[in-house]
Amino acid sequence: MMKGAFVWAIFALTLAVLAAAPFFLEAYGLGLLIGLLGYVTLASAWGLFSGRTGYVSLATVAFFGVGAYAVAALNEVLPYPLVLLVAALAGLGLALAVGLSTLRLAGVYFVIFTFGLAELVRQLVTWYEINVTGTLGRYIFMDLGPEHIYWQLLALAAATLFITWRIDRSRLGLALRVIADDEVVAAHLGIDLARTKLALFALSSVIVTLVGAIQAPRWTYIEPAIVFNPTVSFLTLVMALLGGASRLWGPALGAVPLFLLFEWLSANFPNHYSILLGLLFIAIVFALPKGVFAFAEMHLKTRGGEKRIVPVEAESKP
Amino acid sequence: MLVTTIINGLVLGGTYALLAMGLTIQYGIARIMNLAYGETIIAAAFLAFVLNSTLGVAPLVSLLVAAPAGFALSYLIYGLMLHPLVKRSKGRASLEVDSILATFGLLFVIQGVMLVFFGGNYISYTYMNFGIDILGSSVAANRLTALILALVLGGGLYLLLTRTLWGTALRAVSVAPQSAPLVGIDADRAARFAFALGGALATCGGVVISMYQTFTASSGVIFTMKALIVVILGGVGNLAGALSAGLLLGLVETLVATYVSPGLTLAAVYFIFLGVLLWRPSGLFGRAR
Repeated sequence: MMKGAFVWAIFALTLAVLAAAPFFLEAYGLGLLIGLLGYVTLASAWGLFSGRTGYVSLATVAFFGVGAYAVAALNEVLPYPLVLLVAALAGLGLALAVGLSTLRLAGVYFVIFTFGLAELVRQLVTWYEINVTGTLGRYIFMDLGPEHIYWQLLALAAATLFITWRIDRSRLGLALRVIADDEVVAAHLGIDLARTKLALFALSSVIVTLVGAIQAPRWTYIEPAIVFNPTVSFLTLVMALLGGASRLWGPALGAVPLFLLFEWLSANFPNHYSILLGLLFIAIVFALPKGVFAFAEMHLKTRGGEKRIVPVEAESKP
Repeated sequence: MLVTTIINGLVLGGTYALLAMGLTIQYGIARIMNLAYGETIIAAAFLAFVLNSTLGVAPLVSLLVAAPAGFALSYLIYGLMLHPLVKRSKGRASLEVDSILATFGLLFVIQGVMLVFFGGNYISYTYMNFGIDILGSSVAANRLTALILALVLGGGLYLLLTRTLWGTALRAVSVAPQSAPLVGIDADRAARFAFALGGALATCGGVVISMYQTFTASSGVIFTMKALIVVILGGVGNLAGALSAGLLLGLVETLVATYVSPGLTLAAVYFIFLGVLLWRPSGLFGRAR
């Protein structure tokens, strides 16, 4: 229990330091932190579903974009909290539609469906804007400073980690671990596979939608090509994989070094950015299939260090 | 108007069928879910464009370069990148996840290379751009050639797989990968070959597409998407299914583009996909598993 209290204290302290950051940082640093927190949250939300079920979702940016667009469309009509609520509901609706039609089936249908989902939503939004509203871009004028966006993201990131921590220790988490190990056994134990997966997917998607919604005011001008940029899905995936998608802290810790690396790469090698990203991604899939922490742990164990019990991790589905 | 639409739809459908056949071979026999498939297609389209605009080579001739290049490149990709993953994987599902992730990375690498060389502009060139009269309506000659090419290549492949011993061995691996070695089939070699063959079909499809469509360095994703949907519609590993589903998809898309709105074609495709997932997940022509 001492250890538990210690971890909580560190968590609270880190949160407090991060919350105070806007008072010490200039605009550039704060912008960097906002981007970083956005990806920490996206990667953690991705890991919450895909890391625990083994269903690879390639549709992060579809939900992200829906959130951003909901804010762009409603920011002059509704008060801000309601806008966020509507955005979350839109993300929830999309997640349920995707999940209900694919999560009952083999994982590959889910992957295929999510692979083109962002493109589908982008085309639908473009079509709607051109044919119904008659414009393509939208402006967002809101009374929110960067520090407000930052605090909202920080709260969302903390909430995501807390929810993930709770789920890992709940009946749902136990059910997920059984599903990840063996779906047939899980079904025989009376676990409702489809409902469990659907609940988790909906939760993860709503978080992703909210990240898009909260970050939207940063752009001021929004059009489909900007908010449905497939690189977002890609980066989220790489970060979660590097840290280890099935771990609580894995995606977040994978996001920090990679976000900084990507910032540096896009500033110095704008033309070769996606080639370098792709190569890095392939390298991670090859060298660290379960993330850098699992690798380190395994390495320490085989080196014959102290004998300690390594917690059973939810492996990627066999 | 309607006849032109239907013929254009069949042209598009023939191309989709060709593309989907390559993907269904890669996925059905080599067990690799290749998300970089569309990038192979676009790379071949660029090849045809460059050969045509710099050396004046006709696309039909560039096929002779594109197909072997696609075969060799895919063979190499399988050997270097995917074979280690196959060796490492413990089961079908873990290979699926690994191959999805690895080819997702590959997608960005190939796309990045094409962006460096060609930028993000829409590309097209004119080739055989004159009308041919069919049933009283004019159809562009390049589209007609594309349709014939798709049918010849697809038909040839179908005969190859169903009428030769070699093709039978490939299909055996697709049906029962564990049992195939028992009758003396080298499953590993078959997988490598199937993946390369699929790549060759993709490059053929890319050349065909470049004859009548504009494309950009980043349009590969859409082609992968459509090819995947055709594969699911037709049933994984089912060539005749891929052919008919491809034609169906092309027809629907062209009809929607002509009579509803060109902006809603992908929505129509997804609508069909959704219907099949809910109604017959094993494919329109597949047997229930």
